[in-house]
Amino acid sequence: METINYLIDGFGVALAPHNLMFALIGAFLGTLIGALPGLGPANGVAILIPLAFTLGLRPETALIMLTAVYAGAMYGGRISSILLNIPGDEPAMMTCLDGYPMAKQGRAAEALVISAVASFMGSLIATIGLILLAPLLADFALTFGPAEYFALFVLAFATLGGITGKNPVKTILAASIGLIIATVGIDISTGTQRFTFGVLKLYEGVDFIIAIVGLFAISELLFFIEERAGAGREAIKVNKLKLSWKDIVHVLPTTLRGSVLGFVAGVLPGAGASLGSFIAYTLEKKVLGKKGRFGEGDPRGVAAPESGNNGASSGALVPMLTLGVPGSGTTAVLLAMLISFNITPGPLMFTQNADIVWGVIAALLIGNFLLLLLNIPLIGIFVRLLSVPPMYLLPMVTMIAFVGIYAISHSTFDLYFMIAFGIGGYLLRKLEIPLVPVILGLLLGPEMEKNLRHAMQLSNGDWTVLWGSGLAIGLWAVAILGLVLPVFVGPMLRRRMKAGVQSD
Amino acid sequence: MSLKTPLKFLAAATLTLSASMAMAFEPTGKVECIAPSDPGGGWDFTCRSVGNVLETLGMVPGSVQTINMAGAGGGVAYAHTVSKRSGDEQLLVAASTATTTRLAQGQFPGMTAEQVTWIGAVGADYGVIAVNADSEYKNLQDLMNALKEDPQSVKFAGGSANGGWDHLKVLITANAAGVDDLPKIGYLSYNNGGEAMTQVVGGHVDAFTGDISEAQGFMESGDLRVLAVLSEERLPGKFSDIPTAREQGIDSVGPNWRGFYMPGDMSDEAKQYWVNAIDELYASEEWKSVMKKNGLMPFHPGADKFETFVKSQIRSIEDLSKDIGLIK
Repeated sequence: METINYLIDGFGVALAPHNLMFALIGAFLGTLIGALPGLGPANGVAILIPLAFTLGLRPETALIMLTAVYAGAMYGGRISSILLNIPGDEPAMMTCLDGYPMAKQGRAAEALVISAVASFMGSLIATIGLILLAPLLADFALTFGPAEYFALFVLAFATLGGITGKNPVKTILAASIGLIIATVGIDISTGTQRFTFGVLKLYEGVDFIIAIVGLFAISELLFFIEERAGAGREAIKVNKLKLSWKDIVHVLPTTLRGSVLGFVAGVLPGAGASLGSFIAYTLEKKVLGKKGRFGEGDPRGVAAPESGNNGASSGALVPMLTLGVPGSGTTAVLLAMLISFNITPGPLMFTQNADIVWGVIAALLIGNFLLLLLNIPLIGIFVRLLSVPPMYLLPMVTMIAFVGIYAISHSTFDLYFMIAFGIGGYLLRKLEIPLVPVILGLLLGPEMEKNLRHAMQLSNGDWTVLWGSGLAIGLWAVAILGLVLPVFVGPMLRRRMKAGVQSD
Repeated sequence: MSLKTPLKFLAAATLTLSASMAMAFEPTGKVECIAPSDPGGGWDFTCRSVGNVLETLGMVPGSVQTINMAGAGGGVAYAHTVSKRSGDEQLLVAASTATTTRLAQGQFPGMTAEQVTWIGAVGADYGVIAVNADSEYKNLQDLMNALKEDPQSVKFAGGSANGGWDHLKVLITANAAGVDDLPKIGYLSYNNGGEAMTQVVGGHVDAFTGDISEAQGFMESGDLRVLAVLSEERLPGKFSDIPTAREQGIDSVGPNWRGFYMPGDMSDEAKQYWVNAIDELYASEEWKSVMKKNGLMPFHPGADKFETFVKSQIRSIEDLSKDIGLIK
């Protein structure tokens, strides 16, 4: 009952006209970001964080906008998958398999609508899951002591690359870079200065937001300058929609299965949306067997991965909100955002910042309806925007980034810092070192260190306390699995995903 | 400072008004208030709420513009005020116990409390020591006796860094109770009071040290037992049931005050103007309603006593920090 009351209050927050307006802006920008190949959701949210500061938004409004961006990016990813056979972001890869063949057969409009409905269902079901599960998990989080938190952070790092991660060595390297940067500043456990070189600005360590915006947005700009990719794509034509209710009902069971699977995959740390869409698609292929024409433009092949990745994206919010441990790169960026607003995710947030948490959850529900509206009648606009040359888009992004970072602290030092991170991010990307582990290292490193120290302090230096409870042992076991499994299963999964994409 | 009848209030207001008119200084143009943190924190609140009330009371010509200048726990703003704003008579900077703690422990390198002008306090949040509702410790004496026997027997969780204000409150209390081995007392630092409290409520750490405003939620839900509040007298309103440490025979007071400093090298007239302005603000009904709404407790060393208070607080923190080996 309490949950329902909170949710009603949350709707009160989310339905306030200005919040609704920013949810709409966020949903629109998110869809656009998802649709543009290359800009993934983590990137997109990171780039838009400064916008929230530039506009001087209140925490709940900023979060509502950014969660709408997050949800929107998941919708948007499918557009270029279907029309261009280029996934807008990684989770949308599986949508290419049947989406593009449908488009080639002149059924692009149907594919877009079915995938929008599937995305909607996925998000809706997973958000309901989030509403039911999160408060339970938040209560459960009280049983987490320092040892359990430490094990949980190890788990988060162990599953960093995700099951589909490519090069584990590079992932570890990237996470280490993040961890190293995280040690800068006054160590809160001892009061000692570490790597501050007497510079006052470094006493509080490196600001996540500056690092994130630099690494993602500025490096994106540098890549753009290098490639001189000025011209836009040719305008794409979409056929007139011929879709009946029967077609939607036809894909409904698929969508439901995909949504639930996606949600579960999202809740598991490290798995994320890519896995959600992959499992949803594979399972559907297994379940329907020969009854489906997967890979040749079966509408269910579009519905499954879309419901899966949208389900996973809402699911990934569960560990982020309740335990403060992000399940994916994008939720890591959202976590950084929360921290910079002085809101600490975890069990307390559900009581102390109830208006914000439930406002965001309500906004997720409302955002979904907005996205469905945006994505069916207004799909033409996004299709046209796909052909806007990046030479107009990226300078705007850069301007927003600079203004936003300056608006946070009014310090030019931070701007130089951001550029330095941008150059660093560019170099890392050139070396094909992933950026998300860097951010996770930076975010989670101090927490992990703190909890290890606390565990040691409480036990007076006895290391066995780290696996002293059933919960801790369970977390260690999952962490070891997460580390070992990708070595065996990863290459196999990747081969299948690739084989699937190439077979068209 | 309580003005009970409107008549007295009117009389006092006229008096101070005529007094300030007699003086030469009067702010003109822009008045700024630096909050040495990002938007949303306590310092930011101090600037914005005081700025609003100053405006309403007509003590500033236009509006008070809040500038956020985060970094080094207030060190960046302190350095800015000392090196770039010296002599600026229209700049307030929000401060609190965190500022004096860092000054005392030399965490603003090369800077001292003498380089700025301390203006006044507008309220405080008082320290509390609390335990899990199921804890064996029923009052502050129990807890302190346990520490006397073995300083490592009770571990404290708080929201400040090691040697920070939450940690110091434990040490001040233990010191007053006659615990010998202060450095041995275990203190676990968390990012904020909420996180620390969760660990105490979850049964992972024995005791919580923090401010009364932080403890309110869990206190009301019955998960947390507040053993003592570190104020001179019992707090008003719903907190009046909580015993002070003094009542329990331990002379420990820990106000986390909120107030302001201004740049050094100000004229005496300007300093007097701002000290009076803060006095008047503190006495106003408008400010009282802000305090009530935000859980701010009474704290206001009158007129010129604030500077003395700040300096003595810095001295005692310095001594304590030396005792526990945090500074040399």
